[in-house]
Amino acid sequence: MSSVDTALLGQPIRGPRALTDDWGRFWHLTYNIARNEFKLRFFGSVLGYVWQLMRPLLLFGVLYVFFTKVALVNKLHGPGNQDYGAQLLGSIVLFTFFGEATGAAVRSVVDRENLVRKIQFPRLAIPLAVVLLAMFNLGLNLIVVLIFALIEGARPMLSWLELPLIVAFLAIFVTGIAMLLSALFVHFRDIQPIWEVVQQILFYASPVIISVDTVREKLSPTLVHIYMLNPLAVAFQQFRHAMITHGTPSAGAVLGSWGLLVEPMLIVVVVFVVGFWVFNRSARLIAENL
Amino acid sequence: MAEGRADTLWGMADVPSLVIDRVSKTFRVPEERTHTLKERALHPLRRSRHEAFEALKDVTFAVERGEFFGIVGRNGSGKSTLLKCMAGIYGVDAGRIWCNGRMSTFIELGVGFNPDLAALDNVVMNGIMLGLSPREARARYEQIIEFAELEEFQDLKLKNYSSGMYVRLAFSVAIQVDADILLIDEVLAVGDASFQQKCFDVFNQLREEGMTIVFVTHDMGSVNRFCRRAILLERGEPVVLGEPDKVAEAYLELNFGREVHQEADGTLSRLGDGAARITEAWLEDSAGQRWAVYSQGYPLVFKARVAFETRVDDPVLQVTFEDESRRIAVVATTARECSRSGRFEAGDEAVFALHFDNYLSPGRYFPVASLARSSRAMDPIDRYPRGLHFMVGGAEAGGGYVDPPYTATVERVKGGLRDHVEAL
Repeated sequence: MSSVDTALLGQPIRGPRALTDDWGRFWHLTYNIARNEFKLRFFGSVLGYVWQLMRPLLLFGVLYVFFTKVALVNKLHGPGNQDYGAQLLGSIVLFTFFGEATGAAVRSVVDRENLVRKIQFPRLAIPLAVVLLAMFNLGLNLIVVLIFALIEGARPMLSWLELPLIVAFLAIFVTGIAMLLSALFVHFRDIQPIWEVVQQILFYASPVIISVDTVREKLSPTLVHIYMLNPLAVAFQQFRHAMITHGTPSAGAVLGSWGLLVEPMLIVVVVFVVGFWVFNRSARLIAENL
Repeated sequence: MAEGRADTLWGMADVPSLVIDRVSKTFRVPEERTHTLKERALHPLRRSRHEAFEALKDVTFAVERGEFFGIVGRNGSGKSTLLKCMAGIYGVDAGRIWCNGRMSTFIELGVGFNPDLAALDNVVMNGIMLGLSPREARARYEQIIEFAELEEFQDLKLKNYSSGMYVRLAFSVAIQVDADILLIDEVLAVGDASFQQKCFDVFNQLREEGMTIVFVTHDMGSVNRFCRRAILLERGEPVVLGEPDKVAEAYLELNFGREVHQEADGTLSRLGDGAARITEAWLEDSAGQRWAVYSQGYPLVFKARVAFETRVDDPVLQVTFEDESRRIAVVATTARECSRSGRFEAGDEAVFALHFDNYLSPGRYFPVASLARSSRAMDPIDRYPRGLHFMVGGAEAGGGYVDPPYTATVERVKGGLRDHVEAL
């Protein structure tokens, strides 16, 4: 290249990356990948959306019947279990969002191998599209939850305005995990079964079936504190408090003070940062390692 | 970006579209692939050993604006890796790549196409992938469908498309994204001949509009027909950079060259009475250089060295060139011009030569030489059997046995039927 002074050529191109300087394209990509998937599920079969809703609703049906008619969880603990059905459904819908997004994210990059190896685009669009798709579904499912809550007797409250914050908190956590898992799965294929087990554990380690009030009764304050470090527990509990009934305490109240919410938030931030760091680091080589 | 470029060379017209500066790329191939956390956990201390595979070694070249540039090489030579480095899909280990302008890549047809969606969604998605905004992609949809000739099928899901329709749609998107640089991998092999022709017509048109086109292939025909320059890679290293016919020849040489001395003679036993032996037979060009590939249209010389065991008067050398289907393409003999070749005593040696203008169609040929006494042509002395072969390389393959030079004219005939009618 003696004829051309390379110093005058400007910046050389950079290799594959997680992000891009062109945020517009990044968003369009993420949005359209998610939109197409959503469209496929929604219009792909005759019942479309109904099928989409089936999974949380069936799970809800089974748990509801079992715990209100057989195990009588709702009768046990007074005010905290008011509107037990709506609380249960709310937690299930949020957990479905968590499970769907992280579960699908695990394989997302590997399953889109064709894309990754054939075209240059910001790699992060793939796991983000998975999260975005799950958020579309969450939006629809939340409508059902609200209808159910109103039927059960809940009334609109000012605290409903907290919903975007709760969803955002959960979404950041989910995105961090999605980035982490999708990057790790390229190297470690047993991430998938491992993650399924972890999801199960998280399901029972969060206020879905058993309300926080019961947990507080049975566990020592230290264990309750640890329980509430789980970002899912914080999100679910705050959702139940803010959206369904003030009969159940807010996440801050369970922790002891609002200030202590910093701890689970810190966990979310750490997960997000680590997830991004891992993904960003492997983005350069994903196309080669597939 | 735009301001940043103001003080760089890109603003000037004669700046290359692509500059590849001493680029190297090594793949680390693990000897034993650990695919699970479990293995990693059970053997935390075992270092996974990697074998380094150098896919590209110190590749340097520049592609001018508006150039049609070919990257050729055999399988595994690194040509697709190079393209992917240029496209930003692989990072490079050493060296730098500059790219002046928007790039559209066409490494595989319809990347991101979803078979369950109709054309519009796929066009938009693919367009975004290639750098359009959704609005731009939608605005171009009509044009794209029109070029792909898919107006009647646009509401069909892609899974119901034939492979030809699929290719057409993908190609239409790729060329409608307003790129300055188009990178194409060997994807066009998919379409039928008429579509390929259409593609190349489009490429030529785009190139005239100033687009730079880089394409990877091992079809020397298209390199010769379309490229202004090409680079030949072998084991990741550039071998030749330059005119397409030079590159094409070097490529054929690489492919077939090494076989020249490997194939042992002996498919046919040597006939003859043993009065003389053809000790060696070979081909060379007019400068006396021996090649595995000879360019069409240039002089070709067949030579045979003969050692005489007894006295022979006026020996004649005949050579036939058989093609791959064992059809005889050429028979030539020294009898016509050198019928009085003279008397050779035992211990003498002679070299017989036949000079051709090489108008053979491109392909592989097998010369068989035989030595005979001139008086009785059917009285063979020795035969140098099949075992020797050479390639003819060239772009002007007409499709027949030979491609002799020709000229063409079209003349209107006066007094045709219409003239008669008008006269009446």
